Amino acid sequence: MELLISACLGVMIACGVYLLLRARTFSVVLGLILMSFAVNFFLFITGRLHTDLPAIISPDRSIYADPLPQALVLTAIVIGFAMTAFVVVLALRAGRELETDHVDGKPEKTQ
Amino acid sequence: MNLLLILPILLPMVMAMISVLTGLDRARSGMLAVFGALLHLCASGFLLATVVDHQVLVLWMGNWPAPAGICLVADYLSAAMVLITSVIYLAVMVYSGKEITPHQRRSGYYPLMQFLTAAICGAFLTGDLFNLYVWFELILMASFGIMIMENPGSRLTSAVKYVTMNLLSTVFLIMAIGLIYGLTGTLNMADLHEKVAQVDNTALVTGAALLLMMAFAIKSALFPLFFWLPATYHTLPVPVAAFFAGMLTKVGVYALIRLFTLVFVTDVAVTHTLLMVMAVLTMVSGVAAAASQMDIRRILSFHIISQVGYMVLGLAVFTPLALAGTLVYLIHHIIVKANLFLVSGLIQRATGSFDLKQTGGLYQTHGLLSLGFFIPAFSLAGFPPLSGFWAKLLIIYACLEAGHYFLGATAAVVGLMTVFSMIKIWTEAFWKKKALPVDSPVEPLVDIPFQLMGPVLCLCLLTVLIGVFMEPVLKFALVAGEQLMSPHQYVLAVKGGG
Repeated sequence: MELLISACLGVMIACGVYLLLRARTFSVVLGLILMSFAVNFFLFITGRLHTDLPAIISPDRSIYADPLPQALVLTAIVIGFAMTAFVVVLALRAGRELETDHVDGKPEKTQ
Repeated sequence: MNLLLILPILLPMVMAMISVLTGLDRARSGMLAVFGALLHLCASGFLLATVVDHQVLVLWMGNWPAPAGICLVADYLSAAMVLITSVIYLAVMVYSGKEITPHQRRSGYYPLMQFLTAAICGAFLTGDLFNLYVWFELILMASFGIMIMENPGSRLTSAVKYVTMNLLSTVFLIMAIGLIYGLTGTLNMADLHEKVAQVDNTALVTGAALLLMMAFAIKSALFPLFFWLPATYHTLPVPVAAFFAGMLTKVGVYALIRLFTLVFVTDVAVTHTLLMVMAVLTMVSGVAAAASQMDIRRILSFHIISQVGYMVLGLAVFTPLALAGTLVYLIHHIIVKANLFLVSGLIQRATGSFDLKQTGGLYQTHGLLSLGFFIPAFSLAGFPPLSGFWAKLLIIYACLEAGHYFLGATAAVVGLMTVFSMIKIWTEAFWKKKALPVDSPVEPLVDIPFQLMGPVLCLCLLTVLIGVFMEPVLKFALVAGEQLMSPHQYVLAVKGGG
């Protein structure tokens, strides 16, 4: 299970980096989203992988899942969501006003 | 008494809400902002005085027991940074009264600046790593809003880069936070100070430290990661550029100082050596890039980068004296740099352009403005008896004392190259005969209104005063340096105060 999740994270980060290095704002935004998914996921699993455990201390269970990473990741997701919304709007506006979706805002070079 | 800690964060937030509720387009929102900034200055001054009495103040938010709750901590460094923030905030707010257009005001200029100030103070005061991340996000959000207010036009491409780079640094930051939590099970910085030393997997700790360094290096514009800064700052409105130039990169520097004195001191050979290399390259590349520019604000932007190098150099040398030098440098630099950006706006008002080729003759027509440029510019370049001289002297002396002769020499040479850039602006804008009249949307002003000149002159006076009365500042900085090098006082205050 650990191996699967690590591989998953690696693939997500790799794809994110690849997209981030593209010259179009749309791919850059997608890359950012993928990378922030990956790190949110990473933050979540820092509480270790458990199944079927309560997230609060209860008298009839001896062990419980760490609730703190869950709280942290919730905060990170909310903030990440706001940021993503902002980037999308910004990219749309830049695309419309500059009439190109190149990250440098320069028009296409015609061949 | 400890509730004092919340004031620098709470006051601007309340002010922001009041100014939203009372109507954004009213002219009096400017007056309100100045009033808020004055209150903020009083609160921060009082906080600093209290910290000098009590050494370290701790406030547990919501009174949750340590180390589960989030705490605000003010030691010498934090309190000094908060005070300097409120000084710049006040100067910028006074200046904004005449500079900000009604359209920008309607776009929410004042509330956004107030939220930005609250977030910056929050980042300076927090004692929790995850909370630091949240404050950084607030800083980002407010700065994004300010950046694209009114009609951004050409600012949009630079805004896209700024946003992307900062979101990338956030990704690194969360990743590092996750790693650190996974290793130690805590995010309180004082608690981390003890727990990080007990972790067996030192390689992973160093990895997390490097990720954090990367995140804050992007924010504070260190060597390979500074390209977003000169692409952005020269497109902003003048008061915004002054505030950003003074404060934003310095929050990153503060975070580096805090984390690499309090938490990550187990592997100094790797982390601090890397910081040293980055600092030197930052200093040299920033000042070299500035030499080739002809736009005043671009020159100043590149100088921010080279000056950040000095501060990080002080951190990397890692002796009490070097850290004291870093603190003096931070204080000096924030005042001087914000002031120079304000002056660049006045030069543009007086001549119609930011381009040095099209300016000139200001020494003849605007005597007071010349003085207003001369003092911060030559303080930046490190001329005695201004504040910059002492700041540079401390850093170089600390380098030599620690046996880093090459670093000391580089710092001195970079100082000389700064003189070159400042003299370039001085001769082009002030001494040279006025160039041909330019077509400019801004009518050249003969008399600069007092509301614009006042903040500039006050900051100049502050620069001179810090330079002349260096001794109390230095004493303060040396205590701060001791506090940073041996953080048991900080740790005791946080862990014992639950």
